[in-house]
Amino acid sequence: MAIDLDVNGSSYSVDVPDDKPLLWVLREDIGLTGTKFGCGIAQCGACTVHLNGQPMRSCILPVSAASGQKITTVEGVESPAAMAVRSAWRELDVVQCGYCQSGQMMSATALLESNPSPTDDDIDAAMRGNLCRCATYHRIRAAIHRAADEMEA
Amino acid sequence: MLGKLYSNGFARPALSRRGFLKVVGLSGAGFMIGCSDSSEPAAEGVATSVTDDPITSSEFGAFVRISTDNSVTVLCKHLDKGQGITTGLSSIVAEELDADWSQMRAEFAPANAALYNNLYFGPVQGTGGSTSIANSWMQLRQAAAGARAMLVEAAAARWQLPANEISVSRGTVEHAASGQSASFGELAAAAADVQPPEEPTLKSPEDFTLIGTHVPRLDSESKTDGSQVFTLDVTLPGMLTALVAQPPKFGATVASFDAAAALDVPGVSDVVEISSGVAVVADNFWSARKGRDALIVEWDEAGAEQRGTDDMFADYEELAAAAGVTARSDGDVDAAFDTADEVIRREYHLPFLAHAAMEPMDCVVEISSDHCEIWTGSQIPTGDQFVAAMILGLQPEQVTVNTLYAGGSFGRRATPSSEFVAANVEIAKGIGGRAPVKLVRTREDDMAMGYFRPLSYHVLEGAVDADGGVTAWRHRLAIQSFLRGTSWEGLIQDGIDSTAVEGARGLPYAIPNLEVSHHEAENGVPTLWWRSVGHTHNGYVTEAFLDELAEAGGQDPFELRRALLADKPRHLAVLELAAEKAGWGEDLGPGRGRGIAMHESFGSFVAEVVDVTVDDSGFSVDRVVCAVDCGIAINPDVIRAQMEGGIGYALSAALSEEVTLVDGEVQELNFDRYQPLRIDRMPDIEVHIVPSAEAPTGVGEPGTPPLAAALVNALHAATGKRIYRMPIRDQLTA
Repeated sequence: MAIDLDVNGSSYSVDVPDDKPLLWVLREDIGLTGTKFGCGIAQCGACTVHLNGQPMRSCILPVSAASGQKITTVEGVESPAAMAVRSAWRELDVVQCGYCQSGQMMSATALLESNPSPTDDDIDAAMRGNLCRCATYHRIRAAIHRAADEMEA
Repeated sequence: MLGKLYSNGFARPALSRRGFLKVVGLSGAGFMIGCSDSSEPAAEGVATSVTDDPITSSEFGAFVRISTDNSVTVLCKHLDKGQGITTGLSSIVAEELDADWSQMRAEFAPANAALYNNLYFGPVQGTGGSTSIANSWMQLRQAAAGARAMLVEAAAARWQLPANEISVSRGTVEHAASGQSASFGELAAAAADVQPPEEPTLKSPEDFTLIGTHVPRLDSESKTDGSQVFTLDVTLPGMLTALVAQPPKFGATVASFDAAAALDVPGVSDVVEISSGVAVVADNFWSARKGRDALIVEWDEAGAEQRGTDDMFADYEELAAAAGVTARSDGDVDAAFDTADEVIRREYHLPFLAHAAMEPMDCVVEISSDHCEIWTGSQIPTGDQFVAAMILGLQPEQVTVNTLYAGGSFGRRATPSSEFVAANVEIAKGIGGRAPVKLVRTREDDMAMGYFRPLSYHVLEGAVDADGGVTAWRHRLAIQSFLRGTSWEGLIQDGIDSTAVEGARGLPYAIPNLEVSHHEAENGVPTLWWRSVGHTHNGYVTEAFLDELAEAGGQDPFELRRALLADKPRHLAVLELAAEKAGWGEDLGPGRGRGIAMHESFGSFVAEVVDVTVDDSGFSVDRVVCAVDCGIAINPDVIRAQMEGGIGYALSAALSEEVTLVDGEVQELNFDRYQPLRIDRMPDIEVHIVPSAEAPTGVGEPGTPPLAAALVNALHAATGKRIYRMPIRDQLTA
């Protein structure tokens, strides 16, 4: 059965099983591979996308539940918060292996969109769901503060 | 082919410059500085000229490519799995070439044991032991200095001016007096025809302009917009996806299987038995996953490891009580213990640990009758090349390995058995090479495959005299060898596996009577090097135990270390720098504690000071101050990042990571039960780099070993409690 999706402002119709997770539809059927697979049980956050602007773990979200919603991935996120996050990530060279960073940046962007000047505790609470085995957390925290400063300026 | 490695493990190869050239230039590869257009890879002209002396020309050609678009591409023979080696290697080239950083590109070299071998590993291309920078330092400086000289010669010929009046700066070749200048790209074609210099002149370190400064990582952009292609992202026309049903216990084998229900799942095309399980192949991941759920496999567990981790510890304790193999013996330990004022004996239990890289192991394979092409992020690409060739009955040269950035590894992508590549080559062969196949592992598959850091048991005994001096030290270590039975077994010498005893055997402290013995355990769980290898467990137990000896002798732990390192200037320098920057000795007030530890690994020296706050509900790690001496600091910010990451990785393990087995089955299969560090427990980290003129050494691993010891020493300072069993979890409050 064809399922209609709105991804990064474009419309797609995909013929996949209802229960196929959105993550794999994005990666395999739409060709957007920036969103990563890490655990499959919403424990690591590598698959984070925005659903109507809210961070969502796409690895456990059946594609049928995403139909009719506004889906945004790392390739298409371009709000002022997203641009500030990307630029801060680059200025501070946050990435190491980089595999989790799409998810980190999507969570950070959602945080800044709802809270333009987060404290360390706010950052910890919002980013706790995103694992980074390279432990770039120290720089992630600094980069979120920098992005917040940039948005304010 | 892989069996006979350097007999001295990762010891620095003693190469004269000529010897070095012979080692790196085993075959006459095309000279690659030249007129290729980088938008058309492999276009004609890539291999434009081969000189009469392939030994001197090939080394330039193998590592540096300059294109007419003015880009300088460094062919990186090492895998970048996050440690920033593409940036590091490119920095070395940019420095000697006097290139501008904006023109630098990095590309992974193809698998080629002759051209791209790791000089520490023998005829094997590999990334490990934090060797990449140390290995490539002279090799790339020579390559780049040679290329620079050829650009200058080409300019001299074009302008009819003496070469010694021509300078190079930030990617521009210039003759100041006449005002002539040219870019590298403009000169590349002509430079390709210049005779490479026999012995290129290297810069004096005081003339470095880029090394030691901040340059942006080459991979920051592609890793922040979703465009970086990892193995999981490789997509080929007609590609299929495979998941493997793996045995529930290590060493179990397939007795029988029923594929009917799996084949009924829409999208599933094949079910193939391979040596490590049964593969379900489909045209997409979700179908392969459902197909595998539907697959019925009966396992033969007769040869499987049936023990739980508690049983293993009990067996290891018994083993350590018996005689082991002596790895080091100084003085007379027995006599020293007999006459000591105080003898302390402690036991340490350290668990299996998973690498748990964020990208589970994966690989893409495409085969035909006379060729195999592999896409993966591998630390030993020529090992994979060899294993694939063996499975397919091909020659290694018929196997192409495309190395991709890896989503973490920490040693996991350096499997002597090439297990995940071998599995997928078997699958591709099993479907008759009909289509390219991507092997995907779920997190559960990845955890259940094993290849953990080995579980280990340590007994430390120390003697303290009336003045607080340490007179004797004995360290017994029971651990399995992950090299035994592999192509890397040559690293086990006289019964001693260097990857087990490293960091224990080399204890740097001046203790007159010192003994280290190795007790090699049998274990059916596949294990592997895990960031910092033997140093991960030995760094912890030795530095935690030394803290106890300091306490027993009434000495300050920092001052005792200083006294025992009087003739070890580099160890002493990091220790003193970390202590000074951390404010060692100041009063922290109630509920707080500070601990210190120092450890040398892979030629680099690291000391760490950890501050903790303890209350009734547990503790927090507030700050880590780190001092590192890794020789000349090529990219200070990458060094800082690796110290931060190495500290975080070690902290993660110390706080809560552990793989347990019950009746042979892994209990922690995903991040709900295997619990890595999250951002809320990440401390502030300060990194201080010791200025040095020594040749550079690695930083991927050396930040890891001291952390756990500094942490438990800090917890002891705050609470008086010692930790002997990892992870720490709630041992303080339980």
